[in-house]
Amino acid sequence: MTDVVVSGIGMVTPGEHWDLSLRSLAAKSILAALKDVPTLKPDAIYIGNFLGSTLSRQANLGALLTDDVGLGGIEGLTVEAAEASAAGAFRLAYLAIQSGYVQTALVVGVEKFTDVVGNQAESAVAEALDYDYENISGLTVAGVAALLMQRYLHEYKVPRESFGAFACLAQSNAATNPYAYFRKPLKMEAYRDAPMVCDPLNLYDAAPMLDGAAALLLTRADALEGKLDHPLVKVTGSAVSVDALSLHDRPDPLAFHAAADSLNSACHQAGMMPGDADFFELTDSFSIYAALTLEAVGLAPRGQACRMAEAGEFARAGRMPISTLGGMKGRGNPFGAGGAYQLAEAVLQLRGQAGDGQVKDARRALVQSLGGPAGTAITHVLERA
Amino acid sequence: MEIPRHWRLKKQRYALVGEICPHCQGKIFPPRDVCPHCGGEAKEPYAFSGHGKVYSYTVVADPPAGFERNAPYAVALVQLDEGPMVTAQLTDLGGEKVEIGMPVEMVTRKIRSDGDERGMLVYGYKFRPVGLGIAK
Repeated sequence: MTDVVVSGIGMVTPGEHWDLSLRSLAAKSILAALKDVPTLKPDAIYIGNFLGSTLSRQANLGALLTDDVGLGGIEGLTVEAAEASAAGAFRLAYLAIQSGYVQTALVVGVEKFTDVVGNQAESAVAEALDYDYENISGLTVAGVAALLMQRYLHEYKVPRESFGAFACLAQSNAATNPYAYFRKPLKMEAYRDAPMVCDPLNLYDAAPMLDGAAALLLTRADALEGKLDHPLVKVTGSAVSVDALSLHDRPDPLAFHAAADSLNSACHQAGMMPGDADFFELTDSFSIYAALTLEAVGLAPRGQACRMAEAGEFARAGRMPISTLGGMKGRGNPFGAGGAYQLAEAVLQLRGQAGDGQVKDARRALVQSLGGPAGTAITHVLERA
Repeated sequence: MEIPRHWRLKKQRYALVGEICPHCQGKIFPPRDVCPHCGGEAKEPYAFSGHGKVYSYTVVADPPAGFERNAPYAVALVQLDEGPMVTAQLTDLGGEKVEIGMPVEMVTRKIRSDGDERGMLVYGYKFRPVGLGIAK
């Protein structure tokens, strides 16, 4: 097999970028990634985007973005898998390079979220659910997470406040990340006093919904000329798994089967066990998703993830660090672009460029993006080359 | 609002009509094209009793467009007596506190309006605590 390496990355800090359009957000991250490796020219661009058609009334992003950044004429395609869109685009780039048809591919995750206000945005993100049988009952994305959390509290009899450990962990990690939206740690008292969004889920159980773009440049290892001023990162596992779209169609909604399946496949490809990773960038857009993911993949026994988080096992210096630069909760949740941030952050860690947020001796990373409540799960294994 | 889309689902919405698999007798709601139990083609309609229990629930405070007037409202996963689970709003709660395991029954209610456009209303199933109405 060809070695596929991530040679360049670029990120725009997630935020309310009223001055930036969809195309300009994408361009900023693309140009930063290209600048990281000035000798490479991409043959293709794969775009991860979820809400462009609804919130920006803009489709056909392959043509739009290549032309805007002066790459007109190269291959360009969009991948949509709700919040896992950019991870899907990354997988497509990996497969394209592995196939031999493409030598160098640019992956960009982009989401323009703040052009609309109020419940238009709420309706748009709810497109990740089953419109005929979930949305029609007024269910929202936060509502889905709340249904899982309520059932979790019932089955495992854990205190609701124990989920605060995930929110506090994410924000304290984000404080060291210059590309994070939240730069201040969250106090447990503030978590306890936060207003309910969807009982029992409170404001701090949910990641902030923001604009964002991040890009990664992937290439065949043997196509690189000369020496780069940063270490290379190799892709050693890539897998997508899916589950029933709706919670009501799953025999055990608290079991994130797709999260487990995609992670196990990716680990198998990389010849490792999940516990062998040095850190795990998971999807913590809701604190309950972090707990259910850790339990599904076997890094926590069922019903124990919050207790382990409270004990510091998932902190940067813990047994299995998660959301090391803040995750969705601390860095911000730019939906379809989220996966590109997770992957770029893992690259920073593996290069040893994560500054105060550095995980010591990080050599191997698990990166997982979930679309909806693990309806789609896309996992990659990245390793220092 | 997409009129044919809602019209197409009237049997499901008004009468909780799902399917019974002709191959394995599995009961299915919402209806599907292929039986999730045996993989056979699913085609036979089956009307559910409308009785079930709350599997989980939440209260939505930030509603999507079209649901503003009802907010805040309770949404539940209801495990039907026949087996399948359905996502639906809870209604007629009065002051009653929702609990997991609480018995509920289906009623037909206004679900949403299209507000800005042609004044179309969508009716469909919600669930209420058992023992409230004459239906008992």
